[in-house]
Amino acid sequence: MNTLRSTAEPTSGRAPDVSPQSPWRLFWQVLRRDRLAMGGLAVLAVLAVLALGGKTLTEWAVVFDPAAVRLIDKFRSPLAEASPLLSEADRPPGGIYLLGTDELGRDVFARMLQGAFVSLSIGFVAVGISMAVGIVLGGLAGYYGEVRLGFITLDTLIMRFTEAMLCFPTLFLILVVVVLLPPSIYNIMIVIGLTRWMGTARFVRAEFLSLREQDFVVAARALGLPAWRIMFVHMVPNAMAPVLVTATIGVASAILTESALSFLGFGVQPPFATWGNILADGRAYIFDAPWLFFIPGLAIFVVVLAFNLLGEGMREALNPKLRTRR
Amino acid sequence: MAGFLVRNFLQRLVLLVIVSVMAHALVHLAPGEPNEVDPSNPRMKAEDVAKLRAAFHLDEPLYLQYAYWVRDLFTGELKSFKDSQPVLPKIWERFLNSLPLFIGATLIVWTLSFPTGIHAAVRRGSYYDRGSTFVAYALISIPGFFLSYLVILWVVDTFGVPVIGMRTFGMEDAPLLHRGMDYLWHLTVPSLMSAVAGIAILSRYVRSQMLEVVGQDYVRTARAKGLDEDTVVYRHALRNALLPFVTMFGLMLPELIGGSVIFEQIFAWPGIGRLSYDAILARDYPVVLTVNLIAAVLTLAGTLISDILYAVVDPRIRLT
Repeated sequence: MNTLRSTAEPTSGRAPDVSPQSPWRLFWQVLRRDRLAMGGLAVLAVLAVLALGGKTLTEWAVVFDPAAVRLIDKFRSPLAEASPLLSEADRPPGGIYLLGTDELGRDVFARMLQGAFVSLSIGFVAVGISMAVGIVLGGLAGYYGEVRLGFITLDTLIMRFTEAMLCFPTLFLILVVVVLLPPSIYNIMIVIGLTRWMGTARFVRAEFLSLREQDFVVAARALGLPAWRIMFVHMVPNAMAPVLVTATIGVASAILTESALSFLGFGVQPPFATWGNILADGRAYIFDAPWLFFIPGLAIFVVVLAFNLLGEGMREALNPKLRTRR
Repeated sequence: MAGFLVRNFLQRLVLLVIVSVMAHALVHLAPGEPNEVDPSNPRMKAEDVAKLRAAFHLDEPLYLQYAYWVRDLFTGELKSFKDSQPVLPKIWERFLNSLPLFIGATLIVWTLSFPTGIHAAVRRGSYYDRGSTFVAYALISIPGFFLSYLVILWVVDTFGVPVIGMRTFGMEDAPLLHRGMDYLWHLTVPSLMSAVAGIAILSRYVRSQMLEVVGQDYVRTARAKGLDEDTVVYRHALRNALLPFVTMFGLMLPELIGGSVIFEQIFAWPGIGRLSYDAILARDYPVVLTVNLIAAVLTLAGTLISDILYAVVDPRIRLT
């Protein structure tokens, strides 16, 4: 989003007449008319507030304690009142379990709040890693494509490596690494990130191949700018559009991948609560305490749907073929 | 054409070697050894462990282990660490179990996505279009196992049929017809569930391909000639929109292995996905590496087939 603003603002500041023609402005105008995408954006805004608020309320200023075990209050349904026998420290705020309690009497609302931040950070960190790797490798392949290293060009080397990575079935690869490495939330983020950069790398390479010949890059090179500056300051912002779409949808699928890993028992381990592992643990109580299964399931569904709809809206707004026909 | 085939085949062969070396390094460099899976087993004495390690070449340098793996794979003598069974027949047996699931899911995906996608594209912006867009995105946004659990509960409650596993226990002596029907029931729900994401993705893809084609000049010409709408859509537009889908047959091949782990786990289906999952858990490297190699072969064969098919159906494309 930063790149969005930084490329749009200078134009609007200096020449207000031209600003409606700025590609990002145009993009926003099209996107704003897409009601599904806007709905997704609204859900994500609410989610961002919830995740940050949840992080604050469950970790820094503990109002909702996700780890408090209350064995007399296990399997209470949503909106149930807390037992009067509970000590003052263990009572949920207001004496009510908003979303019920689980098999250990932990407050599901508190756990969902904590999990929102963890699930989102898994999505964003994984996508951040995959974007970074994809942009660097794709950029190198596109910019230094003809440089020869011994008998093959850099481009061939990087793209063959990308193709080799594409040959691994993703979930299979993630499982191999996650099962063999000690379980930790960072391993999961890194592994999900490192197994999904290939699409980004290919996009960025293709964009770089065409950008490399354009006047502004030739001019930058003539000015004697260092190569990294040309690549990352001048070329990357121009290649960002497809990458942002991939990233938006990537967050959604990273959250889904985490829940699938939790289902197999290799997701994020306690004490971290993620929506994926609340859901995976809840399936054992689907008859006795259906809220343990439905609340995280529906939450994942809504959030992933929001990311997907926003990503699809962005893709449509960026597609010039479809745009002109509106 | 022949030059293209030979060159691509060789390139893919090189890639295959790279993939297998990478997989081998990854599996062996990760912490944990196959003989440590069950350290609490009192029957495993130090000398037994040493014997095991020697039998499976675990103390040799990595490149030698790779060489042993390649040699055993091609002579067909590759044995699983877990039960010392030959790996290839083991995989083949599970592959045959996965195949009906894959075929069922593929049939469901292709028969449902085309009508949905074409209809949405022809009526762009209508309620149907927006509704199907939303439903498609809803379908890929549900965690697969969440939806599967709901469907299992619903199917078992309403129809009273068993859906877990490949067949009902105790049906071995039933007449062939009954066994077949039982098998079909067991097959239906898992293939439907593994098809869900595919339907959503493919119908979106059909829609966008149709949209590109519907705006072309030759479609306008067909309309201007006064042809009826069905002829325009199905004979002139659809045929051209179909080109990329021919190639998707090839690209779907690797799904046969990669896409099945979760659903085979949910439905207790003894297929290749579960085999590889169990093999990973048991650190059964020969099985893991061989399944991975097969997946890579399928991926590479798939892209090659799709390139060739594209050239076959689209005369504008020349393979050089």
